[in-house]
Amino acid sequence: MKLFVPGDSAALALGANELTAAIAAEADRRHIDITLVRNGSRGMLWLEPMLEVSTPEGRIAYGPVETTDVVSLFDADFLHGGAHHLRLGFTEELDFLKKQERLTFARVGITDPLSLEDYLAHEGFVGLQQALSMPAAAIVQQVTDSGLRGRGGAAFPTGIKWQTVLKTQADQKYIVCNADEGDSGTFADRMLMEGDPFVLIEGMTIAALAVGATMGYLYVRSEYPHAIHILNKAIEIAREAGYLGRDIAGSGKTFELEVRKGAGAYVCGEETALLESLEGRRGIVRSKPPLPAITGLFGKPTVINNVISLASVPIIMARGAAFYKDYGMGRSRGTLPFQLAGNIKQGGLIEKAFGITLRELMFDFGGGSMTGRAIKAVQVGGPLGAYLPESQWDTPMDYEAYTALWAVLGHGGIVVHDDTANLSHLARYAMKFCAIESCGKCTPCRIGSTRGVEVLDKIINDQDKTAQLELLTDLCDTMLHGSMCAMGGMTPYPVLSALKHFPQDFGLTDTGAQHA
Amino acid sequence: MNLPCHNDPIAAIIASHQLIPGALLPILHAIQDELRFIPPEAIGPIASALNLSRAEVHGVISFYHYFLTSPPPAHQIHICCAEACQSMGSERLMQHAKSTGDFSVHPVYCLGLCANSPAMMIDDQLHARVTLDKFDRLTEMLGDQS
Repeated sequence: MKLFVPGDSAALALGANELTAAIAAEADRRHIDITLVRNGSRGMLWLEPMLEVSTPEGRIAYGPVETTDVVSLFDADFLHGGAHHLRLGFTEELDFLKKQERLTFARVGITDPLSLEDYLAHEGFVGLQQALSMPAAAIVQQVTDSGLRGRGGAAFPTGIKWQTVLKTQADQKYIVCNADEGDSGTFADRMLMEGDPFVLIEGMTIAALAVGATMGYLYVRSEYPHAIHILNKAIEIAREAGYLGRDIAGSGKTFELEVRKGAGAYVCGEETALLESLEGRRGIVRSKPPLPAITGLFGKPTVINNVISLASVPIIMARGAAFYKDYGMGRSRGTLPFQLAGNIKQGGLIEKAFGITLRELMFDFGGGSMTGRAIKAVQVGGPLGAYLPESQWDTPMDYEAYTALWAVLGHGGIVVHDDTANLSHLARYAMKFCAIESCGKCTPCRIGSTRGVEVLDKIINDQDKTAQLELLTDLCDTMLHGSMCAMGGMTPYPVLSALKHFPQDFGLTDTGAQHA
Repeated sequence: MNLPCHNDPIAAIIASHQLIPGALLPILHAIQDELRFIPPEAIGPIASALNLSRAEVHGVISFYHYFLTSPPPAHQIHICCAEACQSMGSERLMQHAKSTGDFSVHPVYCLGLCANSPAMMIDDQLHARVTLDKFDRLTEMLGDQS
């Protein structure tokens, strides 16, 4: 009898360990022999902890399961898929999953994250084997041809970045994985690291072969201790099996990998601040140029990519650039793991090709708001992304289409707010957050954010509103154009979009906000 | 100069980490893992081992929210106050937490549990979909342990 109970942090936070213990104890009491697998999460997070049983016809899901349900589940013979009020049906047939296009997350929730055998049985290391048979430039070409763009938010073409590192001569090059996933509404990196760590190791190894690097670092935020634990174990397993180290898969090539833990600084998600932190300094943003691809970690050429970018490389190598490029629209190729969060009934991870709309995600997948109230505003792309009103929910999710809306698709994090939200407070929070997390190097961000909070307070308290609105617009303009990185440079997105689309929350009539 | 003593955990940590590239954060993490905070007397030995000034080491410790310079209380509660948790009432949860007992409560900006908001962490344990009742239940158990 094979049973699956996710070991993903979201499931753990909802009692998955207690559930596992209760199931084991009950099975023991009834003298039933079971095998418990701690898989990753399938991404239907409102159903966590969601357990699955393996039957000859396929896996059957039950959820959300509490420890108090265990006895009744055994009574209902759930081990053979028996009827129970928590029975959801065949996992693969569940609408939320069936409608997805899972490429990067193909294995997450299905395999045991730390079983190399499972990984190999599900197309694992096929991409690496391909890469090992190719010259470095051909690997870079394939990634370029796939159309893959940086999934951390900036959407810079991954292949172009790699090409720069490949062409730069140096005695040492590095691969750095940016796993400092600090944006609210994002958990795809965490789910992938916890649910399929080998794919990230494989992606980083392919990157190393492509540019000639021999050392890699995974910079993971300290808020993700569970992901750090799993990655460290996976690296150990991969090294013992010869997939990391001095002779990768018998090729004679070397690649070493090490996990480094962040320390609670949001700005370290910015690539140059992250490199500073890795070098042992405060996470202060560096001026660009020079680009990290030329002068990166310890002054050496460095590929620095987000978790999802790197984890998408193995399937591109295994199935070909054309296969991947076939998904998506315009210049946004492939799939994006959308993360549906906040005030939503059915929150979770939805991997879909670019081009789906916010409305489809929120209603067809998400089932509307959790509170049952009308959805008012949606923030897409993290704390530095714009708030979108209903008039913009039908725009296809594509990097360029969002730019045209003066919004940010970013990493595909979506935070839903119902009609009780006050956008002037959320705008103030955006400035406040920037003030807390600014690295302090450039003035527009360091001072501008504090002034922004003060100005917004005056607007909220109706003091000298017309002059303060002008000041806010002016201040945002300075931050947009004068900041060194996205921290200060994009904080105006949530602030000005809130003001523009929800003027009534600032005590303005529609016309009053026009000049904003 | 203070010579490292064999039963001095700080000296042992420095000795085992100082040669790795970018050693400062790993050293600080190892000290905090061992002692639960970074005592001021660690700064001098770290600075001399890494050929940095004391100011540079202090600057790094004070820059990162995660590093503590004094011993934390027996139990720490971190409540996520980022946007997704705000949309599900984390502000109310924060107020409730502050008003119901003398816990050490701090805001944290995203625990990555945004589809199961509001979220919080008690010591190292994550909790999601935290209602006020659930908060009381969880913290009551905390009181029993201490």
